[in-house]
Amino acid sequence: MPMTKTKKASLRSFLSSPKVAPYVFVAPFILFFLICYVYPFLRTIEMSMQQIYGFDDVTFIGLNNYRRLNNPHFFNALKTTTAYTFWTILVLIPLPIILAVFLNNPATRGKGFFKGALFMPALTSVIVAGIFFRYAFGEQATTLVNAITGVFGIAPRVWLQERGPAMFALVVLCTWRWLGVNIVYFLSGLQAIPRELYEAAAIDGANAWNCFLRITLPSLKPVIIYVITISIHGGYSMFAESFAYWQTHTPGDIGMTIVSYLYQMGFNDFDMGFASAIGVTLLFIVMLLNLVQLTIMGFFKKEAN
Amino acid sequence: MGHQLKDQFKSEYGVKEKKRPRERWAKIAIFLVLVIFSLFALIPFYFMLVSSFKPGSELIRYGINLKWQPEIMTLKNYYLLFTGKEGIYLHWYKNSVLITCFQTFVAVFLSAIVGYGLAVYRFRGRNLIFIAVLVVMMVPIEILMLPLYELTIRLRIIDTYTGVILPFAVPPFAVFFFRQFALGLPRDLLDAGRIDGCSEYGIYFRIMMPLMKPAFGAIVILQAMFSWNSLVWPLIALRSNERMTLPVGLSSLITPYGHNYDMLMAGAVLSVLPIIIIFIFNQKTFISGLTIGAVKE
Repeated sequence: MPMTKTKKASLRSFLSSPKVAPYVFVAPFILFFLICYVYPFLRTIEMSMQQIYGFDDVTFIGLNNYRRLNNPHFFNALKTTTAYTFWTILVLIPLPIILAVFLNNPATRGKGFFKGALFMPALTSVIVAGIFFRYAFGEQATTLVNAITGVFGIAPRVWLQERGPAMFALVVLCTWRWLGVNIVYFLSGLQAIPRELYEAAAIDGANAWNCFLRITLPSLKPVIIYVITISIHGGYSMFAESFAYWQTHTPGDIGMTIVSYLYQMGFNDFDMGFASAIGVTLLFIVMLLNLVQLTIMGFFKKEAN
Repeated sequence: MGHQLKDQFKSEYGVKEKKRPRERWAKIAIFLVLVIFSLFALIPFYFMLVSSFKPGSELIRYGINLKWQPEIMTLKNYYLLFTGKEGIYLHWYKNSVLITCFQTFVAVFLSAIVGYGLAVYRFRGRNLIFIAVLVVMMVPIEILMLPLYELTIRLRIIDTYTGVILPFAVPPFAVFFFRQFALGLPRDLLDAGRIDGCSEYGIYFRIMMPLMKPAFGAIVILQAMFSWNSLVWPLIALRSNERMTLPVGLSSLITPYGHNYDMLMAGAVLSVLPIIIIFIFNQKTFISGLTIGAVKE
């Protein structure tokens, strides 16, 4: 008895010594990292080189799954995903910057209301937003979007079954949910710009447009880098929006992203090996894009200085 | 301040008379733009509310519209939520509430101690672990859903709350947030606590954790919002109908084969309602939590 007691006590003092305690604090992350990232990562690479009939019934097939990526479905998914990422970045950077500048203007009234209203869509789940936009972009002539275009004399269309309009519907859904969040990011960036800069520029006779180009935009650069990074991440891993509109299978792969394709192959067709090859390829693409983007924006140069 | 200076500057040079109308127009234009985008943001909520009182067949036939039709509007859809399909909606609601609470508690508790540990102590491997946090923030979890699915099956936690929570138990963004916050904690308190005979854990729980309260507020809200709305992983990890969360359950109602459109809109409305109410009372906390990532270190 006394033996175990002293053992227990020594274990306790060992665990709470300042040398060991830091490792106890970070242990949850180390475990989590190994179980939920390192193991699945290695496992997905392994799976991508196997033909999987069941989790315990596999054959090694080398790079065959990667060769199978050379098919029109995958290239279509890659195109859809890239176009989606491109459009969301093109819309969700300039627009929130402009709105943030408006909201940051001391003369603007009702700021609290506008900020709250613009942020509200971010509180909804993709599915709730998807339920609304699915019907708004419905095929009925009387539904919201067709009713609006009808006012301008445009014939009703089947928005979600054509390539271009389907992409438009995806970007609108994304803009609705994320506009407010990006405005918040840019507002926090704007508030960090010292007022003296604008005052000095005003004395030098700069107009509002010059101030925006020479002071506001350069000061927002770190926030812009951050937003582009999360947009690439979010754009290339997009699945939920597409799922909310079309579930998993669509005629002509409309709205099918890389992750939708992965989901379709893995969970509907149970072609786990091939689905893993899609996942590994996507990871490679995302990492590469982030690296290229951060290099172009001069992120690493700054770190080096 | 800036504006006063500008106005003073203008009046001194006599440009006041000329510029005023232009400035007023600019002000009105800005206001109008903000009104238009706020309408864009808010109108879907209004549509959903109106549609939730109409029969589902109406929605299928005419799509979504603004028409206020008292003759067909009833509370029947809401009644159906509680009685239809053996009250399955209530199961989803209960699951969402329990998973959100459980997941938020686990994620916040664990990421706080990790973030604190990374910020306060210097130890071998610290930078390596912090780099791992940053890398994990860059890896979309969707890529790993297949092996994670297999893992939950092997661990026999598929279709359980634990299975839903596992891949988000220590969310890297929260670790990052807590680390940034804990970097600003006064280190003298650490030494003071040691002199008073507190253990390292006593120092954390009794002295430091109370000081991290604002960070906890922000992360609790963000994490709860994330869990409540999360779709992709629960869609994979939850298999049976009565275990589903609200987003997963609602998505099962929109399949073209189902005939549950009556429940759809009312179900969607009730699922956003609690979050909107919490938001209205805690607007600042919601927004402060978001901005930490954008602020340069």
